[in-house]
Amino acid sequence: MTMIFGIPLMVLFGQLMLGLINGAFYALLSLGLAVIFGLLRIINFAHGAQYMLGAFAALLGAQYLGLNYWAALIVVPLVVGALGIVMERLLLRRIQHLDHLYGLLLTFGLALIFEGTLVNLFGVSGSSYPIPEALSGGFKLSFMFLPTYRAWVLVAALVVCFAVWFLIERTRLGAYLRAGTENPELVQAFGINVPLMVSLTYGLGVALAAFAGVLAAPLYPVSPTMGSSLLIVVFAVVVIGGMGSILGAILTGLAMGIIEGLTKVFYPEAANTVIFVVMVMVLMLRPAGLFGKEA
Amino acid sequence: MHATARSSSHKPSLLSLRISLALRARRVLPPGAALVGTLLSAGIAQADISDDTVKIGYLADMSGTYRDLAGPGGLDALKMAVEDFGGSVNGKPIEVLSADDRNSADVGANTVHGWIDQQNIDMVAGLVASSVSIAVTRILAEQDTLGIVSGSAASSITNEHCTPNHIHWVYDTYPLANGTAKAIVDEGGDSWFLLTADYAFGHALESDVEKVVTENGGTIVGKVRHPFPTSDFSSYILQAQGSGAKIVGLANAGADTVNALTTASQFGLVQSGQSLAGLLIFLNDVHALGLNVAQGLQLTTGWYWDLNEETRAWSQRYYERNERMPTMVQAGIYSSTMHYLNAVVATDSDDTATVRAKMGETPVNDMFAKGGTIRADGRMVHDMYLVKVKAPSESKGEWDVYDVVRTIPGEEAYRPLADSQCALVKGQG
Repeated sequence: MTMIFGIPLMVLFGQLMLGLINGAFYALLSLGLAVIFGLLRIINFAHGAQYMLGAFAALLGAQYLGLNYWAALIVVPLVVGALGIVMERLLLRRIQHLDHLYGLLLTFGLALIFEGTLVNLFGVSGSSYPIPEALSGGFKLSFMFLPTYRAWVLVAALVVCFAVWFLIERTRLGAYLRAGTENPELVQAFGINVPLMVSLTYGLGVALAAFAGVLAAPLYPVSPTMGSSLLIVVFAVVVIGGMGSILGAILTGLAMGIIEGLTKVFYPEAANTVIFVVMVMVLMLRPAGLFGKEA
Repeated sequence: MHATARSSSHKPSLLSLRISLALRARRVLPPGAALVGTLLSAGIAQADISDDTVKIGYLADMSGTYRDLAGPGGLDALKMAVEDFGGSVNGKPIEVLSADDRNSADVGANTVHGWIDQQNIDMVAGLVASSVSIAVTRILAEQDTLGIVSGSAASSITNEHCTPNHIHWVYDTYPLANGTAKAIVDEGGDSWFLLTADYAFGHALESDVEKVVTENGGTIVGKVRHPFPTSDFSSYILQAQGSGAKIVGLANAGADTVNALTTASQFGLVQSGQSLAGLLIFLNDVHALGLNVAQGLQLTTGWYWDLNEETRAWSQRYYERNERMPTMVQAGIYSSTMHYLNAVVATDSDDTATVRAKMGETPVNDMFAKGGTIRADGRMVHDMYLVKVKAPSESKGEWDVYDVVRTIPGEEAYRPLADSQCALVKGQG
């Protein structure tokens, strides 16, 4: 068998595949953050909590309302996204004129409140969410056993990422959004309701986090703390990609998933740090990130 | 500081206890009735309970990773013990304080310092994260206050870190490795792949397991140390699958174990002919996983709510207050608090050495343990249980999750005193 650095080629293929799947997941979460930062200039530290709320909404919906997985994929992002719009209207809007740091602190506080409340209500062990019947089992590939659900996560995450990129970069609505954040007064003068667009954009970012939460629910135990550890990694991905760059978030997410996956094979102890090492190197060479525009 | 004088000897002296009991008995009773006096001391005027209150401090993770296995539920178990005592011992009230250590040795140590200096605390209960327990027991030894460790895993707590001031009640890593790994190797699971959490606890458990596996004729074919904590285990599970080992051992705990098991189930690890061995898994973990994922898993536990009539009756009372069945740690907190309060009643004192000696000479016989003994190194030795997680079809309820495969007698489960590094017993046993 062909070996690369002492690892059989087939095993390496398997690890690359897993890295890609995790990467798609990072991409989805980073995308939400990038959309919010890119268009609203809010550093949304509640993103991890909103992702967790998505998973929890799917779980509670299934337990109490009989909401099935497929319905949850549509309903949950709408509900959590609407909660995001309420947050934006009631809280974030009031500090919009202040430094970015205030937005960061406010959203961080909200994240702690969400997490703390759910810890008190449900404990920290979490609960399991079953994999939907249609996606159970897996494919026996020549180099690995690929669970169907993971393959679905890869496809679903990539499709949604592409759709959002297309919406923002290639449609008229996206053009309004981008223009509205560049020069709100001018765009307002054209008769476009900029505050509404800002709310909807924040709602979209939050809905993306919730969508990722529903995708994650069958993969990991649904627990109030599931978002907090992931959030830091996702922030690193956004910083590497360039704050606010949509394409940067998607491509960096995929790349970091793969780099992390390879680290798990060659030197597992460093798997949690490798992304931050990359972040430091990128910031030193390109302070605005790989796809960021120099300020 | 406590009003009563304390023995400066490192080894709790049985002789000094007897003398103090005899002296006290002589003060209030005619000669010859000393024994009766000791037995009846509950009803007699007392002067040995410092500031006329027995103060117990409960220190545990109340909000983080270990919240569900001890946390607020453990505090309630402690309160149940106090209530079962009617809230007082020998007419003196029992007061309970509690604090969240946030799994930080610093926070825990500072809290206990404050409790001793300002609150005149008599006993510290709970103690979950091993790092916190080791830091706190060091302070307890310096300040001569009693501690009962119920949640921690590290066997070093009564080995190289032993003190005359603390007791380790529920379990430790030694029987976890010894119980689960040995049973599995005996059944033919002789090649192992280990998934280890990359920090002190994981390393300790890993080396204990390696020792047990190789000494019993098995081999370790591979291992991987994963960062703590890790949410995605797919890569490690794939490596375990590739290793061809019969058994994949999980030398981690809490959310890491739950994540690893969930991922193993998704990748069909068991269907492809390998077995999983969880080395530290609590009832709340199995409950969170669900039986679909956890079925067939073997593990060692210090206690289970559904062992017998007595455990069921107590657990039912606990369930009605907490809407969850108790973990072994929560049951152990109740048991150890009862044992402590009984010793306070019997000696009519809250002096550390006196109470510790009385606890040591009284066997533990309650819903938690039968014939349990507290050794000189502070280890409470009691039977452990090798259990197997039921299949969903076998379970009769939400918390009906284990079949008891085997009872492991205490002497077989725990590290023999002869192998101990504890300064209190070195060279004995």
